[in-house]
Amino acid sequence: MSAEPVLQVDDLKVWFPLKRKWFGGPARVVKALDGVSFTLMPGETLGIVGESGCGKSTLCRAVLRLVEPTGGRAVWLGRDLSQLDGEALRLERRHMQIVFQVPLASLDPRMTVRQIIETPLLNFPIQETPEARRVRAAELLTLVGGHPRWLDRYPHEFSGGQCQRIGIARALILKPKLLVCDEPVSALDVSVQAQIINLLMDLQERLGLSYLFISHNLSVVRHISHRVMVLYLGKVMEIAERDEFYRRPLHPYSQALITAVPLPDPRLERAKPRLELQGDLPSPLDPPSGCRFRTRCPRATVLCAEIEPPLRDYGAGHIAACHHIEQ
Amino acid sequence: MAAFSASTMVRAPSFPAAPILEIRNLRIRFETDSGMVAAVNDVSLSLTAGETVGIVGESGSGKSQILMSIMGLLARNGMASGSVKLHGQEILGLRDDRLDRLRGAAMSMIFQDPMTSLNPFLRVSTQLTEVLVKHRAMGKAEAMRHAIAMLERVSIPDAAKRIRRYPHEFSGGMRQRVMISMALLCRPALLFADEPTTALDVTVQAQILELLKELAATMGTTIVLVTHDLGVVASLCDRVVVLYGGRIMESGPAEQIFEDPRHPYTKGLLDSTPRLDEKVHGKLHTIAGQPPSLARETPGCPFEPRCAARQPGCRTLQPVEQRRDGRTLACHEAAL
Repeated sequence: MSAEPVLQVDDLKVWFPLKRKWFGGPARVVKALDGVSFTLMPGETLGIVGESGCGKSTLCRAVLRLVEPTGGRAVWLGRDLSQLDGEALRLERRHMQIVFQVPLASLDPRMTVRQIIETPLLNFPIQETPEARRVRAAELLTLVGGHPRWLDRYPHEFSGGQCQRIGIARALILKPKLLVCDEPVSALDVSVQAQIINLLMDLQERLGLSYLFISHNLSVVRHISHRVMVLYLGKVMEIAERDEFYRRPLHPYSQALITAVPLPDPRLERAKPRLELQGDLPSPLDPPSGCRFRTRCPRATVLCAEIEPPLRDYGAGHIAACHHIEQ
Repeated sequence: MAAFSASTMVRAPSFPAAPILEIRNLRIRFETDSGMVAAVNDVSLSLTAGETVGIVGESGSGKSQILMSIMGLLARNGMASGSVKLHGQEILGLRDDRLDRLRGAAMSMIFQDPMTSLNPFLRVSTQLTEVLVKHRAMGKAEAMRHAIAMLERVSIPDAAKRIRRYPHEFSGGMRQRVMISMALLCRPALLFADEPTTALDVTVQAQILELLKELAATMGTTIVLVTHDLGVVASLCDRVVVLYGGRIMESGPAEQIFEDPRHPYTKGLLDSTPRLDEKVHGKLHTIAGQPPSLARETPGCPFEPRCAARQPGCRTLQPVEQRRDGRTLACHEAAL
């Protein structure tokens, strides 16, 4: 992919200030995202993985400026989104849409499917008659594997998978170029999850969409992504091309994540080597000094507590931040 | 430890292969505004002491309701019929005061979300010692000692200090450890686990699965695990029961079910799960359609509307259960 990236994120930061404790005390800040950089190419899927609290969702919200970044920038097709305001930002946003985790909760129960899918059209100066909008909504339902018959029904009449299809139709009606998918299949049953994954891959191919795909499920991410980014406490630990990442994860955290996934095969599962992480994610209020992962890392040394490892390139865009990478 | 072993309440004289739990023709119905809903139909299952059984199913398969009915925790509009015997004693439909003597002592349960199943207003110490005071008639100090020992057993660091804390002061993984220690305090022979790792991150899930494995091995606890995650089943269970639409589709030793699934539903489920250890193919296999609505009870196989191998007879006739070498299969079109 030699084209220009659709999205370039540089050193993005989101800090949430907390209330001071009694008697003054230092101002406390949660650094939910602390200097994240990456690019996204046209038609590419970047899978974003990490434990809860690592900043996956904050990252996506900051890119869309649904939360205001504290620092850094997100450049969308050459335009710096952090410099845009009001109307200009709103017009730019039609190119980026979001698909949520809980399908039913993301649809207004008092609107018909038709109203849900059409609403984005009303927000933008697109000259269309009610009839033309209805036709467009029906087309989109068909595109996502639904049926025009659904138009006059309400969300509660549909199953989780069908609601997710409706959510995707709503996200696509403005013909966006970027879809942010925040755990889009986590709430679905296994048999339905596969249908939605196939749909998303199919739509990407037909419409040339780029995806930021957040998931805690590393198997799903492996199936759908071109590249994978691992976050830990608001920082990038590793970014690599998909096959390279799963074949040769460099960062000990990535290795732990991958080996922690239980395989649906009892023989392999019992024989497989484990790199079990001790403990839980430290508090983001008071992240460890140096490398943030060091408190749970099997390779940690004194160096890790003192100096934060920079992201280094290990060839072919495979970058990782660790002092102790065994090549 | 003598205090534990002397007092298991309903342990019948144990002869070797006697099942610890025997479920026969369990049916669960819910009365709703839109009529009677059949959640579980004719489920029969027998558990031997020390084994770990995984009940796999999608939402609406009835997997959780089986556990709830055994524990006497069905919602008010629910009715269970059939038979459930614990150590040979019928426990289905037992009065609450009789059940209370079994719950927490002979059988206990851990749930998906440890935050909602612990009382947020009470210190962990209060919640843990209550079980021992009630079932084991321990004094407070003794109960406290046992509770701390059990927290240490599930690898909670600094247990003597942390036992004084409230549930919200623990992380998700630590809370689940507290739940597990609470469930095991009286050394029940049976532990029901309803999606115990679904709310946890993979790294923490791996820790909890290791813990359950180790406890099952060292304490000889029989575990029934309910989950939708085939990976979790493969990592923990000796035997698998596949449930769909309230009926058992297939059951057998885990290795056989995963390596040689016979039921079209089990095959579909395994094929549609993306795997970390396979070549990535373009398209995932899918099972057409949606999980069933329970409102309509079908005379035939519940999987028929979504089954690629269906024949006209599948819609009208319930398949007869085939049995062979520890496996069962309910399908007209497949054989063991």
